[in-house]
Amino acid sequence: MMWKTCSVRLMAIFTLLISSPLIADELSAFDKMSGQLNIAGGTAHIPVMKKAARNIMGHNPNIRITIAGGGSGVGVQQVANGLVDIGNTGRALKNKEMNLGLNSFAFAIDGVAVIIHPENPVNDLSQQQIIAIYQGKITNWQEVGGHDRQIHLFSRDEASGTRSVFSKKLLKGAPLAGNANIVPSNGAMKTAVSQDVAAIGYSSVGYIDEMVKAPTYNQIKPSQEACASGEYPVVRRLYMNTKGAPNGLTQAFIDYIYSKQGAQLIQASGYIALDAKP
Amino acid sequence: MILVVISGLMLFAVFCFLIWFSLPVFLTETSLVFSLQWQPEQGHFGILAMVFGTLSLALISTSAAFVIALGLNSFCLLSRRRWLVVILRSLLKFMAAVPTVVYGLAALFLLLPLLRNGLQLGSGYSLFAAICMVILLILPVICVMLDNITTPLWQQYALGAQALGFSPEQTYMRVILPHCKVNICGAALLGFNRAIGDTMLPLMLAGNATQLPSGVFDAMRSLTAHIALVIATDQGSEVYNSLFAAGMILLMSSACICLLSRSLVGRN
Repeated sequence: MMWKTCSVRLMAIFTLLISSPLIADELSAFDKMSGQLNIAGGTAHIPVMKKAARNIMGHNPNIRITIAGGGSGVGVQQVANGLVDIGNTGRALKNKEMNLGLNSFAFAIDGVAVIIHPENPVNDLSQQQIIAIYQGKITNWQEVGGHDRQIHLFSRDEASGTRSVFSKKLLKGAPLAGNANIVPSNGAMKTAVSQDVAAIGYSSVGYIDEMVKAPTYNQIKPSQEACASGEYPVVRRLYMNTKGAPNGLTQAFIDYIYSKQGAQLIQASGYIALDAKP
Repeated sequence: MILVVISGLMLFAVFCFLIWFSLPVFLTETSLVFSLQWQPEQGHFGILAMVFGTLSLALISTSAAFVIALGLNSFCLLSRRRWLVVILRSLLKFMAAVPTVVYGLAALFLLLPLLRNGLQLGSGYSLFAAICMVILLILPVICVMLDNITTPLWQQYALGAQALGFSPEQTYMRVILPHCKVNICGAALLGFNRAIGDTMLPLMLAGNATQLPSGVFDAMRSLTAHIALVIATDQGSEVYNSLFAAGMILLMSSACICLLSRSLVGRN
C-alpha cells in the first residue's frame, strides 16, 4: 500500500513537472488572494482536497487551507452553520438540507466494487450472487464456481459512505449477515482481503490494484471508464457544498477543482472527474 | 483539596452528561437498544450482542490471565534461580508499558495468519485472537499487583513457617494466599476492568461482527469497538445514539467494579 501511495505521489509530481506551463495559468487565479479556506466532511474527498491545497498553498503562501474529515453528516452540518467554507458529502443533499440554502457542486464519480483475493478463481459474480453471499445464504465459494472453501465476509463500518452506496445500490437494502467482519477503512479492507484467500469485501474502485482482484459484476468490469460511462451502476458522486453562492477564495478553489489540473488530481486519487455544471 | 473537588465534579458531570444523552435512547421504544439485532439499514439498533461480546472477552481473558499470574507470582517467590526472577519481574514491568496498538499490530501479522492458514479457523478475526492479546495486556497489571501484595508477606512469614515445618510450596498455598485473598480478588477485578475498557485490541482483532459469538473462534464486536466504529456517523441518528447507551453501560460497569475493588481492598 505504501508503494502505491508513493507511486501515486511520484506520478502526481511527474504530471506536475510536465504540465508546469499549464499550472501557472490555472493557479494564477490565486495570485492576489490571501486568507483562510476551511474544508470538512466526507473522507473520500480528502486525497483530492489535499493535493489541491498543497498546490495552491505552494503557489501562494498567503493562502491557508485547512482540511478536516468527519463524514458527510459533519460536512453538511458545519457548512450550514458557517463553521467551514466547503462541506464535502459523498451523497446528494437531502431535501431538508437543500432548504438550508446550500449549493452543491458534484466534481467526481467514485465506483464501489466487490474485491476478492487474487488467487480466488471466481471471475464473475452476479448481483443475485453477491446479495445471497452478503445475506449469508451462500456460504461456500464452490456455490459460485470457486474452490471448496468457506466464504469470509468483510464489510465496512456504519459511518462509511462506501458501505451506504454498496448497501443501497448493490444489495438493494438486503440485510447484511451478522457474521460479517467489519473493517474501518478502504485501506484496511484491501489489506484484509489481500491476506485471506477466502475473503470477499468491497471498496472504492480507486483502491483496486494487483493486491486484490475485482471480479466482473453481471459481466461488467468495474473500471473507471465503466463508472464514467454509466455502464457500471454501483457509483456515487462526490460533492462540495457551500452556503449560498460561493465567492472569493471559495469560488477560486471550486474553479480550480474543475480545471484541467484539478481533473488530473481527481484522476490521481482514483476517481473520475466531472465537468462543472453549465 | 480544591483539586479533589474539581475532579469529583468532573466525574459527576461525565455521569450527568451520559445519563442525559442516553435517557432518550433507553426510553424510546422504536430504537430497541436492548435487543440482539444490529442492522442499521433495516432499523434494528440492538447492542446486546456487543454487551455479551464485551463480557465474554473480559471474563475469559481475566480468568486465564489470573491463573497465569498466580503461577508467575509463585515462581517469583519460590524459585531458587533468582536471576530468572529478576528478568521476569523487569519483563512484566516492561510489558505494562507496551501500547496496546503494538500488540494489536503484532497479532494482526503473526497470530491471525496462523489461525487462518495454519489452523483453518475461519478468517482469523475472532474472539480467540482478542482474548490472547488481552491476556498479554492485563497479565502485567495483575502480576505486579500480586507481587506487591505477596512479597512483603513472604518476607514476614517465610522464616516462621519454615520453623513450623512448612515447605515453601505449603507456605505459599496455606499461609500467603489465604492471608491476602481479598487483595488478590482486587487485583483480578482491576484486570477485569482493564479488559472491559480496552478498545484497540478487539477493534483490530475480533472482527467487529455484530452477531452473538457462538464459540471463541467466532467474530464479535465489543462495546468499546462499537463506539470507535460508530462515532463518525451523523449526529442525532439512531446509530449515533446507540453510542450513549454503550458508553453508559461501560461507565456503569467500570464504576461498579472500581467501587467493589476499593471496598474489598479497603476492608483488609
